[in-house]
Amino acid sequence: MKHTLAVLVENKSGVLSRVASLFSRRGYNIDSLAVGVTEDPEISRMTIVVQGNDQVLEQVTKQLNKLVDVIKVSDIGADDAVERELALIKVSADVTERAEIIQIANIFRARIVDVAPKSITVEVTGDESKINAIEKLLRQFGIKEMVRTGKIALIRGPKKV
Amino acid sequence: MTTGSTEKVNGARALIRCLEEEGVDTIFGYPGGQIIPFYNELYDSNLRHILVRHEQAAAHAADGYARATGKTGVCVSTSGPGATNLVTGIATAYMDSVPIVALTGQVPTFLIGNDAFQEADITGITQPITKHNYLIQDAKELPRIVKEAFHIASTGRPGPVLIDLPKDVQNAEIDFYYPDKVELRGYKPTYKGNVQQIKRAAEEIANSCMPIIYAGGGVISSNASAELLELAETINAPVTTTLMGIGSIPTEHPLYVGMLGMHGSKYANYAVQESDLIIAVGARFDDRVTGKLESFAPNARVIHIDVDPAEISKNVKVHIPIVGDAKQILRSLNKHICRCNSGAWLEKINQWKKEYPLSYKQVSPDIVMPQFVIEQISEACKDAIIVTEVGQHQMWAAQFFKYKEPRTFITSGGLGTMGYGFPAAIGAKVGRPDKTVINIAGDGSFQMNSQELATAVQNDIPVVSVILNNGYLGMVRQWQELFYDRRYSHTFIKGSVDFVKLAEAYGALGLRAEKPSEVRPAIEEAVRSGRPAVVEVIVECEANVYPMVPAGAAINEILDIEEHADTPCAMPDLRTATADRVLDLEEQ
Ligand SMILES: Cc1ncc(C[n+]2csc(CCOP(=O)(O)OP(=O)(O)O)c2C)c(N)n1
Ligand SMILES: [Mg+2]
Repeated sequence: MKHTLAVLVENKSGVLSRVASLFSRRGYNIDSLAVGVTEDPEISRMTIVVQGNDQVLEQVTKQLNKLVDVIKVSDIGADDAVERELALIKVSADVTERAEIIQIANIFRARIVDVAPKSITVEVTGDESKINAIEKLLRQFGIKEMVRTGKIALIRGPKKV
Repeated sequence: MTTGSTEKVNGARALIRCLEEEGVDTIFGYPGGQIIPFYNELYDSNLRHILVRHEQAAAHAADGYARATGKTGVCVSTSGPGATNLVTGIATAYMDSVPIVALTGQVPTFLIGNDAFQEADITGITQPITKHNYLIQDAKELPRIVKEAFHIASTGRPGPVLIDLPKDVQNAEIDFYYPDKVELRGYKPTYKGNVQQIKRAAEEIANSCMPIIYAGGGVISSNASAELLELAETINAPVTTTLMGIGSIPTEHPLYVGMLGMHGSKYANYAVQESDLIIAVGARFDDRVTGKLESFAPNARVIHIDVDPAEISKNVKVHIPIVGDAKQILRSLNKHICRCNSGAWLEKINQWKKEYPLSYKQVSPDIVMPQFVIEQISEACKDAIIVTEVGQHQMWAAQFFKYKEPRTFITSGGLGTMGYGFPAAIGAKVGRPDKTVINIAGDGSFQMNSQELATAVQNDIPVVSVILNNGYLGMVRQWQELFYDRRYSHTFIKGSVDFVKLAEAYGALGLRAEKPSEVRPAIEEAVRSGRPAVVEVIVECEANVYPMVPAGAAINEILDIEEHADTPCAMPDLRTATADRVLDLEEQ
């Protein structure tokens, strides 16, 4: 099962490596990890998507909490949360294919951010399934390159992690 | 003291001031280029510095000091090779939750990342084996970081903390100010157990007829022995300990059933397997203890008291977890408990005790059995602190010495580090000069840090090492004998060195015992001499440690000596062994 963890950490050098090495050392699998600063410049927030049953999740949470630089760990998978990922997808496209790609992008409310004679770059945000869906559709044209940010998430409503 | 006021000093001087503020009186270390500023300031300070002969020994000595005293041990090294030499010692302390602070020199901040001379990324290297570590990038942060380091090392579940000190940080001038508080929002250990959980535990205990208390190293590190004993005696339950928990209850206490697990007593393992309630205190259900997990204590409910929430239900499902400090929790638990209906259960256990005592066979009257040596030490040095190396001798030391109080059995349990014992014994003796300190060693292990004889002699630290010389890396040989068809691949080490001459070469006292009658006098002479001493005892070469739970078996599938009769010793001596090898080569 997949879980989404929101991990508040000290915004210091070395913290990312402590968290990442904990996962590899203890044999936990990270699906994605996104990190950035929060409303408090001294605190960073990591959103970690991790695979595992409840027991694994419990161990991951406890082990993360043992890191001195980790301030708080919350599993927000069960909450009603806004979840987003951003992807940039560079698609092979000659002049004849452009229109169709633009049409697909429009349906997904994606944006065209770069056009070149033989390629077109699409920027799309959404949850994982939406991005998977557009990726699948664009594959027929040939995806030259793709980059995804990994999931970030906020609980809906006034509740904080 | 100057807490509160400020004064201009360099980083190195500031560090010494911090150590003094923390109440440190002794440090163990070895100098080098990137830590010279610190040593330069040390020259004028009142801190006692024990110069070791290898940095690994500095870490082990700090660890032995910490385990013997309950205080935080401190070790120091230079950057690069000095720092990497500390690694085994830090990992050893980490696995056994021992509070030490390791200080390492580092290349100047502007060279970090440059592959500079003697640069090693020691914070990266030690990340998985420290509770926390720091690279100080600005000397102004030094006092705060040192304060935090000592706090983190010694509180919650204790453990090693490393501080990496670039040379320019040691030289930089700062306004010295030692904070009196730490502010760590990500580090808040729980001490007081949840009251509801404690009450539920008490109910569980009241309903049990076959309880057993399973005590680990946490009882010793939280100084909870008295509370543990009160619990055991009030509810009338047997107590078993892990290797790390030895000493938390006197060996001869009628409720004590000895160590459990791989080389535990038969009766401890039987009792755990049949119990209906396990009260685990400061123990972590390690694989050496549980054997095959699926068949571990099938009928038992489990109460688990531990300061580290991550240990709860890590290996064994826990019914009543209580997170917090063992001493505090036991204190409040003891207010809610009453005597269990455990009479029949204790009778059954006492029957097992009679039926399956810890024992060994005397192979022949002239040969010294290794277990006999431990019994002799136990009688000759009743109140000693016993430190061990790693191997068969370690298990015999656990089984056959009669411990009376906590912090008198010091051993590398989690990592099983050969070479730990001697430097740890030096640290223990420095911390407890009033105590006789005996290092029970194997001939293999002792050679991993025998250079520390120089440290003991130079600093006049009268530690006695009793080497059980069986001519083998015995514990590995035992496995080869039992599970690998007696193919003794590279475990034969007889004739490595004359240990008596080795001791004498360093200026220590060297004695040898070859017959049973010589053992006791040699030990007594060594202790009486008041000097660093080595007693080499030539022991039966193929004695095995029993009982034994084979790897992967359930802990009641425990083998005893009769089930694996020892065959007479068939060890070639070194000369013929070499001759054979020469012959082999010629034939080829
Ligand atoms: C540093 C290290 N290397 C290897 C081992 C594996 N090992 C465990 S016990 C042992 C043999 C120890 O021999 P010795 O010190 O003579 O003790 P004995 O078992 O003979 O009593 C070895 C090699 C270890 N525990 N530590
Ligand atoms: Mg040996």
